[in-house]
Amino acid sequence: MKLSNIVENLSLEVKTGENNLQNDVTGAYISDLLSDVMANGKEGNVWITLQTHLNIVAVSGLKNLAGIIIVNNRPVQEDVLQKAESEKVTIMSTPLPAFEIAGKLYQLLNG
Amino acid sequence: MDETTEGSFQIIGGNFGNAGEASMQLKSKLTELGVNEAIIRRAAIATFEAEMNVIIYAAAGRLHYYINRDKITIKIDDMGPGIENIELAMQEGYSTAPDWVREMGWGAGMGLPNMKKNSDEFRIDSVVGEGTTIEIVINLS
Amino acid sequence: MTLREIAEILEADVVAGSDDLDVTIKNACSADMMSAVLYYHTPDSLLITGLTQPHVIRTAEIAGIKSIVFVLDKKPGADTIELARQKKIPILCTRFCMYTASGKLYEAGLPGCLFK
Repeated sequence: MKLSNIVENLSLEVKTGENNLQNDVTGAYISDLLSDVMANGKEGNVWITLQTHLNIVAVSGLKNLAGIIIVNNRPVQEDVLQKAESEKVTIMSTPLPAFEIAGKLYQLLNG
Repeated sequence: MDETTEGSFQIIGGNFGNAGEASMQLKSKLTELGVNEAIIRRAAIATFEAEMNVIIYAAAGRLHYYINRDKITIKIDDMGPGIENIELAMQEGYSTAPDWVREMGWGAGMGLPNMKKNSDEFRIDSVVGEGTTIEIVINLS
Repeated sequence: MTLREIAEILEADVVAGSDDLDVTIKNACSADMMSAVLYYHTPDSLLITGLTQPHVIRTAEIAGIKSIVFVLDKKPGADTIELARQKKIPILCTRFCMYTASGKLYEAGLPGCLFK
């Protein structure tokens, strides 16, 4: 499934990386720990997290993730957004908590 | 509860093994005194965050609580690095926690906002190079 | 949803509190950041997490979390299990990752934690 379908179906707000929405999504991973995503995230995964530290951009880039969904409407600092934009990393945002957005995405990808 | 109940704890920096001990003891004390459960939870959450801040950032600290008929007052003094910009530190998502702390599930930049959210009165004072003092007041009625 | 049903859906091992599987869980929260658990908590929730240290049990106790699921086959240490027993917080271990565990429970009708 294309990232754009997910954005539309889950009503995500796209904050950076608009140009990557045609990327294919292979699945998803939830974690708030960078080392965990480095170890277990897979290429093309959407990363669901409430972690907004600057290093999420590097992790997403290194693992070739499809994008990052920040949950609970957590504010993302301007420097993080700028870095994401320049590294072509897609950051999206939702008011829903991780459990619920994961549930909806799971149904969308496996339904 | 006509008299004041009080108690204090020493908190050692870096000691994750005991993290939460002070808050759990305060919680049992409030339960013993018959305080409303929702208020106990707010006090326990605010205290736990304060305790974690000492463990994460400071060499050591002291937590002191006073409970009387009207309110719970929790004071935390630490011997830590101090906070350079309190306004920034109060912003949700801002954190100066090192990587190892984030890998333990802390340092999300929610500690101070969480303390404030659960307090009726919240005061913070900090001197860089000396330490930080936090006072949390939760009304009982 | 009861904890017993949750354990079945997640094909989970119960490593603490196997006598308490009839407890009712109203909603779930998936997170590794403990402040988020404290910030967005609602009582009677299930916490799904990848961290297994004792401070996770203390966080759960303080936030009023009913039970914890450890994902990706992570085995908690004896200190964590002992504390969970003391605090009467049942612990389940599943081989699924946090995403799949959340997906399966949501699909089975468990809602997420509301938050303010």
